[in-house]
Amino acid sequence: MANKRKFQENFVQNMLKNHKGDSDRPCRFTAREITSLLDIFMKFTQGCSNKHRLERVRFRDELHKSFQITDDFLMDRIFRAFDKGSKGYLKPEDFVCGLSCLLVGTLNDQMKYCFQVYDLNSDGYISREEMFHLLKSTLVKSTEEDPDEGVKDLVETALKKLDCDHDGRVSFPDFQQAVRQDALMLECLGNCLPNQVAKKEFLQIVRGETEKRY
Amino acid sequence: MGQTLQRAAQWTTATDGHSGKLEFSSLNEDLLNTVLNFAEGPSGKSPEEGKLVFKKPLTWTTALKPSAFSGSGYIEKGTSVVSEATSPKDACPLLELSGNKLSVLSLEQAENVLRVAGDRKMVELRACLEENKDPVANMLGDRFATVDGADNSIFRYHEEITKEIELLSKQSDESEEKKRELEEKKLVLSLRLKLLRLDEHMLNASIIKITNDVRLNPKIVDGEVTVLKQVSGEDNNRYALQFINYFGENYVYQNGCRAQPWRQLNGDICYLVIKCFDVDHPLYVTANTSGYYLNKGPSKEKSGQLEYERPDSDTYRELVTMIKAKSPHFAEMISKQEFNVKQTKDRDFHLAVAQDDDQDLETTARSEHHQHHYQSKEQTQQGDKDRKKTQPTRTKLEPSLKWKNLSLDDEQRSHKSDRKPTKKASNIHETRSRSTKTPLAEQEDHFSESSTESEEEEEAIERRPEANADLPSEYWQIQKLVKYLKGGNQTATIIALCSLRDFNLTQETCQLAIRDVGGLEVLINLLDTDEVKCKIGALKILKEISRNTQIRRAIADLGGLQTMVKILRDQDKDLKCLAAETIANVAKFRRARRTVRQHGGIKRLVHLLDCVKLNSTVMTPEMEMSVEVARCGALALWSCSKSKKNKEAMRKAGAIPLLAKLLKSEHENMLIPVVGTLQECASEPSYGLAIRTEGMIEDLVKNLKSSNQELQMHCAAAIFKCAEEKETRDLVRQYGGLDPLVGLLSSGTDDKQLLAAATGAIWKCSISPENVQRFQELKAIDMLVGLLHNQPEEVLVNVVGALGELAKDPPNRMAIRKAGGISPLVNLLTGTNQALLVNVTRAVGQCAEEPDNMIIIDKLDGVRLLWSLLKNQNRDVQASAAWAICPCIENAKDAGEMVRSFVGGLELIVSLLKSEDKEVLAAVCAAIANIAKDEENLAVITDHGVVPMLAKLTHTTDDKLRRHLAEAIARCCNWGNNRISFGKERAVAPLVRYLKSKDENVHRSTARALFQLSKNPENCITMHEAGVVKPLIKMVGSRDEDLQESSAGCIGNIRRLALANEKARYS
Repeated sequence: MANKRKFQENFVQNMLKNHKGDSDRPCRFTAREITSLLDIFMKFTQGCSNKHRLERVRFRDELHKSFQITDDFLMDRIFRAFDKGSKGYLKPEDFVCGLSCLLVGTLNDQMKYCFQVYDLNSDGYISREEMFHLLKSTLVKSTEEDPDEGVKDLVETALKKLDCDHDGRVSFPDFQQAVRQDALMLECLGNCLPNQVAKKEFLQIVRGETEKRY
Repeated sequence: MGQTLQRAAQWTTATDGHSGKLEFSSLNEDLLNTVLNFAEGPSGKSPEEGKLVFKKPLTWTTALKPSAFSGSGYIEKGTSVVSEATSPKDACPLLELSGNKLSVLSLEQAENVLRVAGDRKMVELRACLEENKDPVANMLGDRFATVDGADNSIFRYHEEITKEIELLSKQSDESEEKKRELEEKKLVLSLRLKLLRLDEHMLNASIIKITNDVRLNPKIVDGEVTVLKQVSGEDNNRYALQFINYFGENYVYQNGCRAQPWRQLNGDICYLVIKCFDVDHPLYVTANTSGYYLNKGPSKEKSGQLEYERPDSDTYRELVTMIKAKSPHFAEMISKQEFNVKQTKDRDFHLAVAQDDDQDLETTARSEHHQHHYQSKEQTQQGDKDRKKTQPTRTKLEPSLKWKNLSLDDEQRSHKSDRKPTKKASNIHETRSRSTKTPLAEQEDHFSESSTESEEEEEAIERRPEANADLPSEYWQIQKLVKYLKGGNQTATIIALCSLRDFNLTQETCQLAIRDVGGLEVLINLLDTDEVKCKIGALKILKEISRNTQIRRAIADLGGLQTMVKILRDQDKDLKCLAAETIANVAKFRRARRTVRQHGGIKRLVHLLDCVKLNSTVMTPEMEMSVEVARCGALALWSCSKSKKNKEAMRKAGAIPLLAKLLKSEHENMLIPVVGTLQECASEPSYGLAIRTEGMIEDLVKNLKSSNQELQMHCAAAIFKCAEEKETRDLVRQYGGLDPLVGLLSSGTDDKQLLAAATGAIWKCSISPENVQRFQELKAIDMLVGLLHNQPEEVLVNVVGALGELAKDPPNRMAIRKAGGISPLVNLLTGTNQALLVNVTRAVGQCAEEPDNMIIIDKLDGVRLLWSLLKNQNRDVQASAAWAICPCIENAKDAGEMVRSFVGGLELIVSLLKSEDKEVLAAVCAAIANIAKDEENLAVITDHGVVPMLAKLTHTTDDKLRRHLAEAIARCCNWGNNRISFGKERAVAPLVRYLKSKDENVHRSTARALFQLSKNPENCITMHEAGVVKPLIKMVGSRDEDLQESSAGCIGNIRRLALANEKARYS
């Protein structure tokens, strides 16, 4: 028990020290919130072999439960965005930093995160193919024409909005510019952020304002 | 000067018989001043010219008295005055004044007259010019009469003189006679030339003045734009401009303006986007009534909105001049005229297709109706531009008679004609075209089926791509996006919503395209989902397109209002704002307002107004957001507050204190909707009271001093509506509101709505005597009189109303006269606007209380005009005219004669006693009381049966009517056996009951009537039976001497009868 508390304290101190001003993955939670999130993390990993490793499947389950994000493919992408260094599992730091972006992140944090989610091959650009992949299940299959036709059209429409420098692909500055013009564009290629209601509920849990669900 | 007077001077149309009147306009004032300077000053006139005797005297009706010419050089002959100086030829005096006719025979004498007239010289000059239409002809002879066209009289005269000089030099035996004649002729010539110069000078001056007044109007702007369109195109070697277009929603208002109505208030006509070849960014131009100037272009925050501020202060009268200044390329092209004009090209085309016309005539109709196929057939646009260009030629054709044969009803035909302009290449017209599309879609389908004949079908297939090509490319893009909205998940929906907003949603094409492809249904359905982002996206679109009236109705029909009212309770403040703003747009028609109320929207909107502190120094983003919510709420309430029941609902929901709080805001964008709402509601008495008790008057007055005209207008309008209450009027004065109100008049604004509101507020405020005093100090009368010219009726009504109220104070009556207000007021009596007539008659009536004013009114035949208004349909006008007649009769000089001169006038006024309106009756009774002062007139009205009619009215309980009725009866007793007739008509007993009234005025006039009636013994008996003695005895003790006297006289008569009776019995 004492050991656990020690770990907790160390973790919080570490997070506050190392990640507060981290430009790449900032942590914007308070110490109390971090402690509470660590508890939640521990609960998620209960029964696993390593308590400090959150496996992909468990993470996806929890994501679904808490934030109503349903698309399998996107959940996978979100996991990868959380998983720094592509370890195949999440460390508590990954978990806390990721949620910081989702729940209390600034627009900049979230743009970076969303771009990361959408940039499937992590080459810094969202290409037509990547967009096609992301958008292919967004349309109800129409019977009369080639189902891909509609998606391709949609890709072009989205590209027109996003590709500000007209080079046929979306760079991060492109994406930033488009989102600043219209905040709705943030999740234009798939739902990867929790909605307001889910966000509020989760934050209340983290801040201990409602009964704990976990 | 003849030419100027005939052409430039503004003559009134209302001529009373023969001669017209010079209007009281600034232009005429200027002309008169110039003439005056000429006549008065020694400038340019030699003494000989001054003494030159006129061919015919200038004669006019003067206001000068003979005594004015008391100095040396004039001889008084009884009532007339003549000058000592006489004309050398026939010894006729050069000046003669007899009665009020003044004749003048030389310029010198004319100058004298003007000097004698002193400060009234303008009046004299005006009268002179009004009565001598061509003074030059009078002065110098008919040969110099002003004629239209070429005038060679001077040349001929000059020739004549030169000839005579030659002749004279030849005949050396020079006769003295001839020489003098020649000298005179020379004089005439030089004077004529001088007059000509004066004429020229005045014409020039008035032309400058007139040109200054020329302002832009929508027609001129449209004309210039059309011309420039013809010289614009992509090729910079051939065209002067790249393009020129109207900016913003392409809706043309009834007045021809394209600017939104609230901008029109500032004089904006439309906005233009002009792209020149050598200027990188397009020019955004505001066409204002004052001219063209640049604006700051589209707003970055609000798409489709302009930033109306001006980057510089250059204003141009012509668009071309402006573009020339901005674009050297354009200037060069224009000066070289090296550009293609599209029109000629089109004409060539027209010739080319002319041979096809026969066929076209038949097929136009078909191709028209095939257009509607665009709804079902999704064919991508084959942008064949050449083919597109043929379109304009076809629009010039008359509709084919086939439409008639196919038994189209009128609606469809109008629909068709509505759609005709679709074919014009210019996209402005395209946008206006499909206005009646959806409601008729069903009928159209039916029609298209009915007309499928085999031959036509073939045609149709051929023509379809072309018909479809008429649709703008936006249409197809919008259709595709709406498809994503319908058949996509959240992500696709968001992409589609964001892309839709990239279209110019202020353009009617796009607005209607969204509706026509079924986009409205989807957007409204999205509002019912849980996805906040989708809702925000959908509302942002709905907010923009709901500016279109048809979209508004469609949204209401689809139940959009109910959903939006629900959203007003949402957690998300962005959503609330957007929903409220959209409601503000939609609720511009009655049914929508009702729907909002019935679904509890008013209550929720009022809740939105409740925000935290407004003007706290530190504003967190959250606080700012809640202020924004309140602003949107106020906007929506403003729209809703046009319905009476909504006002009530707002009051019940507690809107008033919240509005009062928001009124403390410092931001115009908040104040305008708040004051707008208040102004709208202030017509309800409950609000009027609340506005005062909640202390809003102070804020309204404060905002009167704002620099925003719209805000000023709403504030003034709110005060206008609230100032029916005395306390409110006092508050306006106490907070110093009268000064800015008068200030608004002098600001020289062109904003008629602002003027109407300001003058309305002045009108209502001047009901309080204290305010009248302040207005006097502020010289409001002069400004109000100035506004009697060239103003629309809604301003005039208020101006005249204000003058009527102000004229209740005697010094103001004189001020109105001095400001020259009487004549325009009397002129307004010929109008037709009933609200205006009520005010004008009141004002004229008030003015007539002053004998000096009465002279002018009489001269302008104002009483006859008032009298003719008794025939007006409107009871208020009748009553007001009758009231106005009373002081006229009292103060006119020969009132009896004047009244008799109105043919049928007396019969008319007596017949008005049959009216059912108490006010009319009271006014007519008052007028009759005045008329009856003249015995002859009394005889006439007696013949018209005034006695039984008055007697019939005696049963009234209305104190005002009683007072004037009794007065009329008292006066009418003075003729023949009217006293007996009143007795027979049983008028006496009811009169006795009047003494029980609480109104002292009723007592006075009743006592007078009873005194008159008691001169007849029968009446005395009736009175006595009715118990008249007791109240009369009480009244003998009254402080009112008049009442005392009449009461005593009446009792005396009764007593005398009793005594005589006793005497008869006992003797």
